Amino acid sequence: MISLVSPVRTRAHRWPAGGKLLAVCIATTLLFPVQDIAVQLAAAAVVGLLYALPGRVFLKAGLRSLRPLLPFVVILLLWHAVTRDVGDGVRIVLRMVTLVALANLVTMTTTLAEMMDVLHRVLGPLRRLGMRTDRIEIGVALVVRFTPVLVARASALSLAWRARSLRRPGWRLMVPLVLSAFEEADHVADALRARSLLE
Amino acid sequence: MERGVAHVALFAALIAALGVVPPITLGFGVPITAQTLGVMLAGAALGARRGAAAATLFVVLVLMGLPLLSGGRGGLGVLAGPTVGFFLGMIPAAAVTGFCVERLPIRNAGLAAGLGAFIGGVVVLYTFGIVGMSVVLERTLSEAFVLSLVFVPGDILKAAITGLLVAALAKTRPQAIAWNRAHRG
Repeated sequence: MISLVSPVRTRAHRWPAGGKLLAVCIATTLLFPVQDIAVQLAAAAVVGLLYALPGRVFLKAGLRSLRPLLPFVVILLLWHAVTRDVGDGVRIVLRMVTLVALANLVTMTTTLAEMMDVLHRVLGPLRRLGMRTDRIEIGVALVVRFTPVLVARASALSLAWRARSLRRPGWRLMVPLVLSAFEEADHVADALRARSLLE
Repeated sequence: MERGVAHVALFAALIAALGVVPPITLGFGVPITAQTLGVMLAGAALGARRGAAAATLFVVLVLMGLPLLSGGRGGLGVLAGPTVGFFLGMIPAAAVTGFCVERLPIRNAGLAAGLGAFIGGVVVLYTFGIVGMSVVLERTLSEAFVLSLVFVPGDILKAAITGLLVAALAKTRPQAIAWNRAHRG
């Protein structure tokens, strides 16, 4: 499966994941209530610099992951242009884009395996209380494995429909898709039991 | 227990797969996908506990950096974005949908699922979504409500489809729907 981790190796790839997560949490908490637009502008500049340092490829990937924010930026700026003062709108937009970009930096420099390690450590206290956290870890692996399987199943069903009908496939394709998910789950359950993974 | 883990994982994968499958983009780049249909379905088919577990697993995977949200989005940035409430709200949405299908005094599985999906997947999901949007964008709750109104018709349609799907599932594979009263007798 495609990952959001940047193939461009940066220094931050080697930093411990827990530290990066903590730093972003602190920065977000500190930055969120700041009303001063100059501070927000400075923060945005710093984050922009962090994106620019590893080079063009990294910067472009970073900007791409900010694109879903664009409609909200447009609406908010238009809204403030019409009703309230534009400065306030700029401050809110800046803060939102900066914080999302900052959090994305962690995602771009931390692999799934490292994140799993953090999750394992965070769940440690629950494990000592007797909770079966290994189910979560097996669940993560299963989702990573079966999402592409279900996507392929869905497109195969869609092709089969198109071969037989001129109409577009609608929600009806969901019935065999969900049935196959149930069937697949039964096979997986048998396989897990056979391997005693959840004993 | 293995069956429980497998069902939860496969429905989390279904939520993820539905974010990819029909990419209909309406308006200016706002993707309308079947992802929330997956959330409603998880609750309606698996019940409150396992439905919520499937949604939680999905949320955790997105936060860990897998691009499973519709449009290939994912990562920690979602938490700071305007859609954070709709994202985290998937968990209570699946839970409430499941709770409704388990507790509502309706014998018809499809009807119970459709109604449950509306309460969980529309009313509860939008409550969380609107609160999240009002915090991130500094809007009042009513302004945030107006901003998210565009998506309500689509989501009501998805709740209805959930009802139709569960009705079909109850016929073809009644043992799949854990809470099914008709099957329980």
